Amino acid sequence: MSFPWAKPYEPTHPLMKWMDEKLPIPRLVYNATGPGYPVPRNLNYFWNFGVLAGAALMIQIITGIVLAMHYAANASVAFNSVEHIMRDVNAGWFIRYAHMNGASMFFIVVYLHIFRGLYYGSYKAPREMVWLLGVVIFLLMMATAFMGYVLPWGQMSFWGAQVITGFFSAIPIVGEPVREWLLGGFVPDNATLNRFFSLHYLLPFVILGVIILHIWALHIPGSSNPTGIEVKDEQDTVPFHPYYTAKDGFGVGVFLLIFVALTFFSPNTLGHADNYIPANSLSTPAHIVPEWYFLPFYAILKAFTFNFLWIDAKLWGVIAMFASIALLFFLPWLDSSPIKSSNYRPLYRIFFWILVADVLLLGFCGMQPAEQPYVILSQLGAIYYFAHFLVILPIVSRIERPLPMPNSITEAVLAKHATDTASASATA
Amino acid sequence: MVRPLGFLVGLGFITALVLAIFTTPLSNEANVAHEFHKHPRHLKLASDGIVLPHWDKAQLQRGMQVYKEVCSACHSLNLVAFRDIADLGYTEGQIKTFAKGFQVPSVNPDTGEPATRDGLPSDYFPSPYANEVAARAANNNALPPDLSLITKAREGGKDYIYSLLTGFQNPPKNLPAELKPGTGLHYNPYFANLNLAMAPPLAPNQVTYADGTKATVDQMSKDVTAFLVWTAEPKLIKRIQVGYAVFFFLLIFTVLTYLSYRNIWADKKH
Repeated sequence: MSFPWAKPYEPTHPLMKWMDEKLPIPRLVYNATGPGYPVPRNLNYFWNFGVLAGAALMIQIITGIVLAMHYAANASVAFNSVEHIMRDVNAGWFIRYAHMNGASMFFIVVYLHIFRGLYYGSYKAPREMVWLLGVVIFLLMMATAFMGYVLPWGQMSFWGAQVITGFFSAIPIVGEPVREWLLGGFVPDNATLNRFFSLHYLLPFVILGVIILHIWALHIPGSSNPTGIEVKDEQDTVPFHPYYTAKDGFGVGVFLLIFVALTFFSPNTLGHADNYIPANSLSTPAHIVPEWYFLPFYAILKAFTFNFLWIDAKLWGVIAMFASIALLFFLPWLDSSPIKSSNYRPLYRIFFWILVADVLLLGFCGMQPAEQPYVILSQLGAIYYFAHFLVILPIVSRIERPLPMPNSITEAVLAKHATDTASASATA
Repeated sequence: MVRPLGFLVGLGFITALVLAIFTTPLSNEANVAHEFHKHPRHLKLASDGIVLPHWDKAQLQRGMQVYKEVCSACHSLNLVAFRDIADLGYTEGQIKTFAKGFQVPSVNPDTGEPATRDGLPSDYFPSPYANEVAARAANNNALPPDLSLITKAREGGKDYIYSLLTGFQNPPKNLPAELKPGTGLHYNPYFANLNLAMAPPLAPNQVTYADGTKATVDQMSKDVTAFLVWTAEPKLIKRIQVGYAVFFFLLIFTVLTYLSYRNIWADKKH
């Protein structure tokens, strides 16, 4: 579906006409990301992050395929094969560092994309399906990143695999057999490494498939926008091409500059020194810490230290950690406010920013050893996290009185320009 | 239905966390070793940073001499091949001669028995021990780690390695008995648990530098650390140089995309 004023695809060249009759791919592209897709005219830079996440996935797939040509998924040689890539393969150090930091860049843009959705209410009707598919992509990314981190077979790879698969052993009765089934043994070993490599190669293409569904679902109602008001007529929109292809091109440029600075000038900053030590099942690192993008969830896991209601503290932690992501699936129904954009939600906006600070706090605590004051900080952080989504949000959306809203996107844009011009002439 | 259920689930998690807060002691167990543990001292090298870093080849050569004459008695360097030391400014002939100075494991071509032969440029620095058991047997059951990646594989990196090499000292008088070095251990405040199995490896004038540099413990520590920064990442300088080229290329690309973005949107209020 698209808006009635969308520019129709009318091929003029005989070849394009021939193609359109046989396999209308140009028509699909034209209507999806070309002049045939009308998009709200008022999108801000936060709407760049979807395209950036797509770019990050493509970088990961391309660098990953090249790495797989040189990497050996065998516990006895995996570590050295990565160092072989770093030392002997032409530009191997670049491909490897790009893949390693590309994962971080992918998570940075996806987290910004998710928080954009939370602030501007992108998860609300009619875009619930877009949000649900997004949460699926996020889960797949986490699984892929975890298995990818195991592949270099360093100390953090091994012990990370040990700890994370250990979550399953918290489940009563079936937990331990499930864990052994996942690992293919009693501890992470060659069988584990091989299956993780296989799945790490598979899942990005599954992610790609779900992204196609995510974009398809988005194109049914069309993009949301910073006012949260739906498109009403033609003057509310601009064609995707050239307006947003140009803006996204600039966004990709800025993204690549940051990516390149990280990859070439500081490639190990986001990693962990212990992963340059070969995996050793007999020597446990002093602090086992996951990659930075898992830290808030790791902090939630560690915050539960009390056996409550016959459920063991470890199992509480595991359930809470999975619940902290699973609750995102219910978000469109937890928030009953019809107002999408936080620009018009004075009360929710405050709690949104507290949530941002809370997730940062949890991330910081996840990095720290299990000592005070970090334990109590992560407990308080976890309390707010669950309270925000399950208690505060449903209440706020009921009692909040939204600010007056403009009638249309165009009215909002013109009003903004009027105040900009007024303040510009006032300062002049 | 989602909201009341979610509310109950939320209350469950919150109750478990509140109980956890009240049952977790607020004070940490005292860790006495923390008081004596020192942060690494900063070591400045020519290869540092992103502003025109370079390899100080004279220093790397001195560092390799320290590795060969001192460290290699116990520590392997199994990711570095003799051919790699061309980076340090050695000629092909010098590399061949250097490699010949090492015996590497081989097979007797006539009998098939294990044997050794002279090293070739394509060989890797050989390990001083036949296997881990032999290494532990010779070192009071401690295993000397491979040094190839050591400056990347420790928190604190090169600063830590340099501090550790220069940090051996007599234990302070107020050191609690349980932290005093046991038999075969040596006090070093830069090491995580303060007592290190490695004996102080360097003594003044332990090596004789060909370039006349005075071989103090500090100088040798700096040199061998610089060498180990190179072994950990031989492509480090190249990485920074390529990084500049890529960054400036992309900077121009980004400016152009910005200008075209402004140009396309010039007539559109948004």
